[in-house]
Amino acid sequence: MNLMLEIKNLHVSIEGKQILKGIDLKISAGEVHAIMGPNGSGKSTLTQVLAGNEKYEVTKGEVIYQGKNLLELSPEVRAREGVFLAFQYPVEIPGVSNAYFLKAALNEIRSAKGLEEMDAVEFLELLKEKMKLVEMDSSFTNRPVNEGFSGGEKKRNEILQMAVLEPTLGVLDETDSGLDIDALKIVAQGVNRLRRKDRSFLVVTHYQRLLNYIIPDFVHVLVGGRMVRSGGKDLAFQLEEKGYDWVKVEPEVSEEHVK
Amino acid sequence: MVHARVPGTKGLENYLAIFGSREKKLLQAEPSWLTHLRKTAIERFSNLGFPTAQNEYWKYTNVAPIAETRFDFVPNQTLPEISIQQLETFMFGHPEWPRLVFVNGKYLESLSSQTSQTDHLRISNLRSVLGSGSKVFESYLARIASFEENSFAALNTALMDDGAFIYIPEGKVLDKPIHLMFVSLTQNGALTSQPRTLIVAGKNSKVRVIESYASLCGGSYFTNAVTEVFVGENASVEHYKLQRESERAFHIGTTEAYQSTGSKLASFSIDLGGKLVRNNLTVGLHEEGSECELNGLYYVSGEEHVDNTTFIDHPKPCGVSRQLYKGLISGKGRAVFFGKVYVHKNAHHTDAAQTNKNLLLSEGATVDTRPQLEILNDDVKCTHGAAVGQLDEEMIFYLKTRGIGDREAERLLSYGFAREVIERVRIEAVRTELDRLLLARLQDCAYFAWRDRMKK
Repeated sequence: MNLMLEIKNLHVSIEGKQILKGIDLKISAGEVHAIMGPNGSGKSTLTQVLAGNEKYEVTKGEVIYQGKNLLELSPEVRAREGVFLAFQYPVEIPGVSNAYFLKAALNEIRSAKGLEEMDAVEFLELLKEKMKLVEMDSSFTNRPVNEGFSGGEKKRNEILQMAVLEPTLGVLDETDSGLDIDALKIVAQGVNRLRRKDRSFLVVTHYQRLLNYIIPDFVHVLVGGRMVRSGGKDLAFQLEEKGYDWVKVEPEVSEEHVK
Repeated sequence: MVHARVPGTKGLENYLAIFGSREKKLLQAEPSWLTHLRKTAIERFSNLGFPTAQNEYWKYTNVAPIAETRFDFVPNQTLPEISIQQLETFMFGHPEWPRLVFVNGKYLESLSSQTSQTDHLRISNLRSVLGSGSKVFESYLARIASFEENSFAALNTALMDDGAFIYIPEGKVLDKPIHLMFVSLTQNGALTSQPRTLIVAGKNSKVRVIESYASLCGGSYFTNAVTEVFVGENASVEHYKLQRESERAFHIGTTEAYQSTGSKLASFSIDLGGKLVRNNLTVGLHEEGSECELNGLYYVSGEEHVDNTTFIDHPKPCGVSRQLYKGLISGKGRAVFFGKVYVHKNAHHTDAAQTNKNLLLSEGATVDTRPQLEILNDDVKCTHGAAVGQLDEEMIFYLKTRGIGDREAERLLSYGFAREVIERVRIEAVRTELDRLLLARLQDCAYFAWRDRMKK
């Protein structure tokens, strides 16, 4: 299988505080990986670093995406190369309609790929089609980006954007948080329909619940900035049953060994 | 012949001479009240002279380039043939909207349409009523826009030659907006135009008026416009001023409104052009329970200077005023906002809110903002605030993660910032036009280069 993403010994800090303390991860094309972990374990930090947030400082390690050094690329270039982050807290952009914003984004990505820009008519066709995927009604197109959206609407909007921009690597940060079960199903269904053998997903979640609907190929457990366990989808069930304390013990021990 | 009473400037001498040469002719053609008015105005102008930085209200805007230039005033000039197609880029909305077109201040009937000359409804040029003996005209002209302390209004009053007169009688609701187009066309030498507009909305009437100021071929010229608005009892007026003069033009605009009991005024002041622009907007909530909403939007780039000085007067109880002015300043542009709200002693239950927000988009851009509340009554609800900021980093990052680059991110966030004002526009065609004009103007994107330098 083609290697999509390789994270090697990644160390990240913010404002002098070390958050990620040596992450290793390999994702091949077509795979869905889930990262689970308690609050404060560094899950969101990892997603933000993959998207290129400059607030986080990579102090060691590297990230190879499709053979390129991802950390050298600006956030917009990463997006044009096919990396997409569904935010845990999507940002509101007052005054800019969803349709205008998404058309601008799609056309920047198309231009970078040497494709012709889409005109308004073509784009609205496409948008309408994709909106069905996440069961959004047409009033969405003219509303300002995320402004006044409910938590569920914001999350659905992230998936809609992903559906329109068609990334190669979709990174989902706590996409299930704040969703009721119906919204969760819609979001999961949206993601599942985007699964392809040349597209990978990294799904970050606190709860196992989402993984009932988006079935991962691999599950990793992140605690205290380190991956403490990796396994198949069953690992998620074990975590749900036994709680994070079950896996928390080991890293402390191994740290002492190193010392 | 009037002589200057203050240290003369080229401009002052020039206008006094122009008045002198017009005086005799006007005396013969116009009613005596008007001649008297003009004489009083030119006297006042010669006493005041052009304002200088010593004047508190002109502290941030230096009009020396206007004061030191001899602009020609040729109201009855011969104009080249101008077709309606040439003006198309300034037109928007529906062809059936009443339209008055002025080029260099001169009314062009052939390009105007849907005018009305009856006593029941007047949508006409000013000249057509100057000598008509219209009582309405006489009782309102120069009664709203005071030239006591405003030398530009004094100059306009002395020299005004044409403009628009709109009279909406009691109970009349005009559903089509009226578009007044003041177009400048530079030929030989720098010209000035002194357009004058008078809008009288009778009791329970409704009217919407758009004033456009634009340039056909660029160049340097000076527009000195005065607009007076009378809003009758329970009447409703929407007034739009869309200023997009050439990048070398000088524009001084004075707009004053008188509001009667229970009346409503919505004002929009949009500035998308001009080298040196000053808008004086004064709204007097002179009778009880009147409401005004003043909105402003300015995009200042290159070496442009745009100054909005507003005064909202609350002399009577239960007045409501809302003000939102937003500005985008780029290049070496400079913006000024000086907004005063004055609540008199007996104006209890006044409800006033004033906001001015600015985005600085480049290193060389500057803004001076001075919201000011003066309240002499305790039983009021008044707020004000001003902000000067930059683009939001979280928004920038979000856009970038969607593939949007520096240039488009700056355009999109600037546009989004301005939309708060555009959304308040009640006429869809005007909203659409503002969207188009603003996006077309958001071109010199230097924000990210500046941001990167700051980060280092």
